[in-house]
Amino acid sequence: MSDQSLYREKEIVDKISSKFGEKIKTNYINTKRIKFEVSKDDIIEFAKFVKDMGFDHPISVAGTDYPKDGKIEVTYHIDSCSNESYFGIVLTIAVRLARDEPIMPTLMNIYKGVEYHERETFEMLGVVFKDHRKLDRLLLPEDWADIPPLRKDFQIKGR
Amino acid sequence: MSDIERLNSMLPNSLSVEESREKGILTLSVGPQHPGSGHFRLIIKVDGDIIVDAEPDPGYVHRGEEKMCEYRNFMQNIPHLERPVIADSCSILYPYCLAIEELLNIEAPRRAKFIRVIMSEINKMIFELYWLGIYGIFLGHSTMFMWPMADRELLIDLAELASGARVTHAYFVPGGVRNDLPDIFKDRAVRQLKYFRNRLNEYSKVFYENPLFIDRTKGVGILSREDAINLGVTGPVLRGSNVPYDIRKVEPYDVYDELNFDVKYMKDGDCFARAYVPYLEMYESVDLILQALEKMPDGPVRAKLPPNPKGKVGEVFKRVEAGRGELAYYVISDGTQKPYRVKLSVPSFRAIPAMRKLLIGARLADMPAIYWGLNYWPVEADR
Repeated sequence: MSDQSLYREKEIVDKISSKFGEKIKTNYINTKRIKFEVSKDDIIEFAKFVKDMGFDHPISVAGTDYPKDGKIEVTYHIDSCSNESYFGIVLTIAVRLARDEPIMPTLMNIYKGVEYHERETFEMLGVVFKDHRKLDRLLLPEDWADIPPLRKDFQIKGR
Repeated sequence: MSDIERLNSMLPNSLSVEESREKGILTLSVGPQHPGSGHFRLIIKVDGDIIVDAEPDPGYVHRGEEKMCEYRNFMQNIPHLERPVIADSCSILYPYCLAIEELLNIEAPRRAKFIRVIMSEINKMIFELYWLGIYGIFLGHSTMFMWPMADRELLIDLAELASGARVTHAYFVPGGVRNDLPDIFKDRAVRQLKYFRNRLNEYSKVFYENPLFIDRTKGVGILSREDAINLGVTGPVLRGSNVPYDIRKVEPYDVYDELNFDVKYMKDGDCFARAYVPYLEMYESVDLILQALEKMPDGPVRAKLPPNPKGKVGEVFKRVEAGRGELAYYVISDGTQKPYRVKLSVPSFRAIPAMRKLLIGARLADMPAIYWGLNYWPVEADR
C-alpha cells in the first residue's frame, strides 16, 4: 500500500501525538487500524481526548496474557459513529499491566458500553478495574474456584 | 445462616428482604429457562408493574470458545467457532476467515469472494426470519411464527444446495470457500428469491401494519442516538436509533464495494424501529444476492494453502456485518500454527448494557418486546 492511502490514519496519529507526545507509543498504523500504547495513569485523559475527537463507539475490550514479559495487556477497540471522516477506523488502545498486580481505572464513566466487557476481562484474566459499578462474576459458574481461565498457566484438562 | 440471611445474600443489590417488604418491591428471576433464544437470566425488581432495577445475568451457555481456539490450529478452529450462532453460521466464521487470510498472507479467488457474499446474505436472512418468527410468537401473533419459519426453509434449501448442510455449514475457509456452487444454484436461487420478495410484502400487511404489533412496540423502549452510540450497541439496534452505520459500507470487505445497496435506518429508536430495520434489510439482501449472481465470474474458489500453515507474528482486527450487527475478531499470532489469542466481539454481548438501560422504568408487560427487539442471542453472547 502507498503512503497516500494512509493519510487519514496519519492525521489522527499526529493530532493525538501533538497532545500527548512522549506519554504514548504508536505501535502500528495499518489501513483503518491504529494501535496506541498508553500507561494506566494516562488512560482516562487519553480516552476523554479521543472521545471528543469523535471516537465514541466502544466495540470490545480484550485481555491478553504474556507470562514471558510478566505483563497482561488490556486492549480497548473504539470506532466512530458520529464523525464521518473517521468512519471505519478502529483505534486499539492498549494498556500493559504488571501480571502480579493488574489494576487499572475503569473507562465505564466515559464509554458506558465497556461495563460488561470489563467485567468479563476481570473474571477471565483477573484484571481489577477501579471504581467499576459492579465487578462480579459474569460468565463463569458461581462456584468457580481456580485461576482466571484465559491466563496462559490455566490448562484445559486432557489437552 | 438463617433463612432471611440466606435470602438477603441471594439478592443482587443491597436491598434486603425486610426493605423489599416495606417498600413493596418484588425481586423476580426471569429465566434461566429458555426464554426464546437460549438460556439466560434477568434479575428484575418490580414496584407494581414498573421495573425499577434490572440485572442481566448471562453465562449459562458459556463454552470457552476463546480458550478452545488457543489449543487448535487455524483450520481446526472452523467447526467449533460457528456453534455460538448456528442460525447465522456463515457470518460468525466470516471475520475469522478474513483475519486468518491476512495472517497467512493469502487472498481468496474472486469467485470465492462473490460466493461468500451470497452465502453470508442468505444466512443473514435465515437468521432474521428465525428472529422474526419468535418475535411474532413473543407478542402473541401465531401467524408471524408460522410464515417466517416456512419461508426460511426455502433459503435453507439454497444454503444446503451450496454447502451440503442445513444449518452448520462450515463452508467458509481461510482462502475462499470449501466447494464450488452446483450448476443449478443460480436458476434455483433466482426463482426462490423472487418468490421470497413477494412473500416479504405480505409480512408487512399481516404484521407491521397490524394494530396488535404497533400497540406493543411503538413508543416502547426508546433508545436515543447518544445512548445507542455510547452504550456500544450495533446492527439493527444502532440503525433503529438514527445512526446509519453499516460495516458493509464504512469498511467494505470482499466485493461489497462493487454492489449497490442502501443502508436502511429509522429515526425513532423504539422497538418498532428495531423490528422494521431488519425487515427492510431483507429486501436489500435479496437485491445483493441477485446482483452478485449476475456479476460472479468463473474460476477457482479456494486458494492453495500449505498443510498446517504458520501465521506471521502480529495481530489483526477484522469485522463484518452479521444478522445482529457488527461481528469482530481480534486474532493475535505468535508465529506458530495456532493462534496465540482469539477474541470474539459479538453483537449480542454488546446489547447487554442497552438491555439494562431500557428495562429500568419500563412496564413488566413490555419486557418481551424490549428483550427480543434487541436481537439478543444468549449462546452467542456467552461464547
